[in-house]
Amino acid sequence: MSAAAADVATKVEKPPAIPRGWSRQRVLGYALVGLWIVLGIGMIVYLVEAWNSELFQKYAPGYISGLGVTLTLVAVSIVLGAVLSVPVAYARMSRNRILSSFAYAYVYFFRGTPLLTQVFLIYYGVGSFRPALEAVGLWGFFREAWYCAIFSFTLNTAAYQAEILRGAIESVPRGQWEGAASLGLHKLQTLRKIILPQALIVALRPYGNEIILMIKGSAIVALITVYDLMGITKLTYSRTFDFQSYIWAAIIYLIIVEILRHAVEWVERRITIHLHR
Amino acid sequence: MQSVWTLLSWGPEGWLDDIAYGVFITVSLAAATLPVGLMIGFLVALAKQSNEPSLRLAGNIYTTIFRGLPELLTLFMIFYGAQIGIQQLMRLYNPTAAVEVNAFVSGMIALGVVFSSYASEVFLSAFRAIPKGQYEGGYSVGLSGWQTMRLVVLPQLIRISLPGLANLWLILLKDTALVSAIGLADILRQAGVAARVTKQAFLFFGVAALIYLLLAIISSFGINAIERRVGRQQVQR
Repeated sequence: MSAAAADVATKVEKPPAIPRGWSRQRVLGYALVGLWIVLGIGMIVYLVEAWNSELFQKYAPGYISGLGVTLTLVAVSIVLGAVLSVPVAYARMSRNRILSSFAYAYVYFFRGTPLLTQVFLIYYGVGSFRPALEAVGLWGFFREAWYCAIFSFTLNTAAYQAEILRGAIESVPRGQWEGAASLGLHKLQTLRKIILPQALIVALRPYGNEIILMIKGSAIVALITVYDLMGITKLTYSRTFDFQSYIWAAIIYLIIVEILRHAVEWVERRITIHLHR
Repeated sequence: MQSVWTLLSWGPEGWLDDIAYGVFITVSLAAATLPVGLMIGFLVALAKQSNEPSLRLAGNIYTTIFRGLPELLTLFMIFYGAQIGIQQLMRLYNPTAAVEVNAFVSGMIALGVVFSSYASEVFLSAFRAIPKGQYEGGYSVGLSGWQTMRLVVLPQLIRISLPGLANLWLILLKDTALVSAIGLADILRQAGVAARVTKQAFLFFGVAALIYLLLAIISSFGINAIERRVGRQQVQR
């Protein structure tokens, strides 16, 4: 009997898939994907046709160094901003009214105004205080566009990172603090061993987004004569009037951002492995 | 040296009228971009939540590209790319034609595509927050697909996506500062002109920053008012 049942079971075939037909959605979807493919092929054809090995040899090293400048700028300002964000986040969460309102004003200013305005304010505006800065020996620092860019980016990202840190720490339930206190851990131990490991899981994605936003935002330093990737691109375009200079920059930026995005997703999967079943 | 108040006065001596014109340009650019961006963003979100894989793919390519490119690069590519493209087209008819692309329109398109790619993500997560039963309920009372969307889903969608969209509006307002790079006389460019003429860079860029801050504060009051109203509708339900 059971053998017969098994026989029947093997004979029963999976029903054929329901024919999907060419619904309106499907036609539209294929048309749009087709449009993207045509655009992609068009771009490749354009790049192949516009290929000029002389031009490439002349400007490709510039692009590499520009990419280096962009990545250095972002890395330095993210790290310095992370350092600066700790006291800001601490002040923001503190019970002291004056301290927390100062931190709030700092964060509100840097998050509420465009980064470009902040960069201009520092790069052009600091010149108004030249005598005072010369007196304290800081003029050499603020005269350089590069240092101004790092300075303004650090202040900007510190404000954003302070909010990320604060949000992450506040996302950990109060019971965790109380539980640690009842076990006799002091504040710093609690923060380091209990709170931060849980908070950083929450903070990882916003931190990743902040790095991506900084990479994209760093393009504006091209407007204060720093030769980052965008600066080199502008220079190349102004010398050659060849539109492919912009397309190469777009490709490089897209690759970096996609690598970063996937890296953040990978890390997030790794560190939340204990939360999934 | 002129006093600060003379520099900031209205009229030929001061720069306040020029900066006010910049505020007008900035606000009208952001206001003109918003509906375009919302519309495209909604359509892209519709594509990304459909059952059809090819539509989802097309929507995801759009978001990946315009979220990954720096806004400034997008702006330059559209401004110069459109100029070259239209020029090439015009050359077919008139070999000596010279084309100037409108900076306002290029800025609007560039900010619009960036805004829409972010907005599509906001709409997408709002779509996912609406239970399937809402569509089924609409179907069971005999509404057509379009009617379900308009009468049942959209009102909930707007309420859910409002905080995310409010955030995007504040980002859009800040991103408009980039159009000063393609020569549009917005707040930042007017402040820059004033700074160059009067050599008071810190004053004028500081004023520009404060104006942006003021616009953000006014916007958040407006957003709060809208959210209160939408919230009240929810209570009445």
